[in-house]
Amino acid sequence: MTRIKTIETRDLNQSVANGGCGECQTSCQSACKTSCGVVNQQCENRDQK
Amino acid sequence: MVHQYELNGYHIVLDTCSGAVHSVDEVAYDIIALFPDHSREEIVAAMLEKYGGRPDVDRGELEQCLDDVQALKDAGKLFTPDTFEPLAFDFKARNTVVKALCLHVAHTCNLNCSYCFASQGKFHGERALMSFEVGRQAIDFLVAHSGGRTNLEVDFFGGEPLMNWQVVKDIVAYARSLEAEHHKRFRFTLTTNGVLVDDEVIDFANREMHNVVMSLDGRKEVHDRFRKDYAGRGSYDVIVPKFQKFAKARGERDYYIRGTYTHHNTDFTRDIFHMADLGFTQLSMEPVVCPPDDPCALTEEDMPVLFEQYELLAREMLRREKEGRGFTFYHYMLDLTHGPCIYKRISGCGSGTEYMAVTPWGDLYPCHQFVNDPAYLLGNIWDGVTNEKVRDEFKLCNAYARPECQDCWAKLYCSGGCPANAYHASGSIRGIHEQGCRLFRKRIECAVMMQVARSEET
Repeated sequence: MTRIKTIETRDLNQSVANGGCGECQTSCQSACKTSCGVVNQQCENRDQK
Repeated sequence: MVHQYELNGYHIVLDTCSGAVHSVDEVAYDIIALFPDHSREEIVAAMLEKYGGRPDVDRGELEQCLDDVQALKDAGKLFTPDTFEPLAFDFKARNTVVKALCLHVAHTCNLNCSYCFASQGKFHGERALMSFEVGRQAIDFLVAHSGGRTNLEVDFFGGEPLMNWQVVKDIVAYARSLEAEHHKRFRFTLTTNGVLVDDEVIDFANREMHNVVMSLDGRKEVHDRFRKDYAGRGSYDVIVPKFQKFAKARGERDYYIRGTYTHHNTDFTRDIFHMADLGFTQLSMEPVVCPPDDPCALTEEDMPVLFEQYELLAREMLRREKEGRGFTFYHYMLDLTHGPCIYKRISGCGSGTEYMAVTPWGDLYPCHQFVNDPAYLLGNIWDGVTNEKVRDEFKLCNAYARPECQDCWAKLYCSGGCPANAYHASGSIRGIHEQGCRLFRKRIECAVMMQVARSEET
């Protein structure tokens, strides 16, 4: 693809099958305390796809 | 749902529901914009009219690009349909464990910051310190309600938690004593204004605290405008050397230098760069949370200035990275390959369900921002959650709970936003804080752009 470069990302549809363990950090426990940003949390599941 | 934007010379296409990110040239950018509602022939004609003079644009080239767009669609990386809504309500309904507590160990503070959302640590109530007995019961409550979760989080919050430091240490020791037997791992966070930080605090925190959040607003004049002691003296000169020592001693461990910006410092990147120039490398800066009639409140006129500031921050961070003096900014941390799964992205911050705040006397609230609001008292650490109506209301908070989010490309980045901010702005936890949404979207655009820029380097 000469005009399109796709950045490697986690496929959210695939994560339907193997996500949801709930071990990741609660977002307000890190630094915000006054806003909600879930996407900057790390996944704790080492077997994730 | 697709979101397209141009930033810092990049043409970026986000496919919300797959999470895919594409960096494209201007021709592909226009083709993708036309693709859902136009025929191939119409798109080719439009592109030939716009770009026909360019040597790299001919019919064959455009047909190839259209094939590429179709291939990405077929591969589930573009125009991916949104099928997650049923999951959002099911997952939240099933999720009944508690995994994180914000322990308000001190409803009192040794600073008197006029912009404090916690009203100088008192949370609009009486001054109080949490006893060890209450702290121990809170830990027992957390372990008992955490089900199969291994990682449990406890944030020592206030007010100023160092004003009740011995109890903090005793609670940590008690929690650690339960880990092996119950197969739990506690991660503690300390949020402090720095006034009482000393070597003993630093040593203990570096042994036991997973994260330390240090409050600093940036430049001395900005910090000292609000963050004063009860004699009216600014705290900058007292705390900065302590934080520098603390941060250095953290080594590889997490910490954040966390600031708040207000209407009075809409040039807040100067404060972030000041923090970086002081030697701090893990930074966070949040918009103030206050009523709209407060002089600190951000105004509509501030918004374009703030957008520009976020863009400036992203560009400067990239520049400093190249120079080997980079730093992280909490809202620009985005791990595209190992970030959260869809369940995390749709279910939000967990307030009122898996995350709760505990007052010094053991009452439970959905989060620290609801403390002492009688309408949101959930129960207490002895009897558990007794106000099921409020808990169930929070269970329904997710990325699909708000009509305003329905067509928003960012909903899987914020999960519908902060319920407390929504409540204070709209009167309902299932409303939105529109100004906050706009700032959030700008931050995500910048964060993604930085990832694109880094990928272009490799």
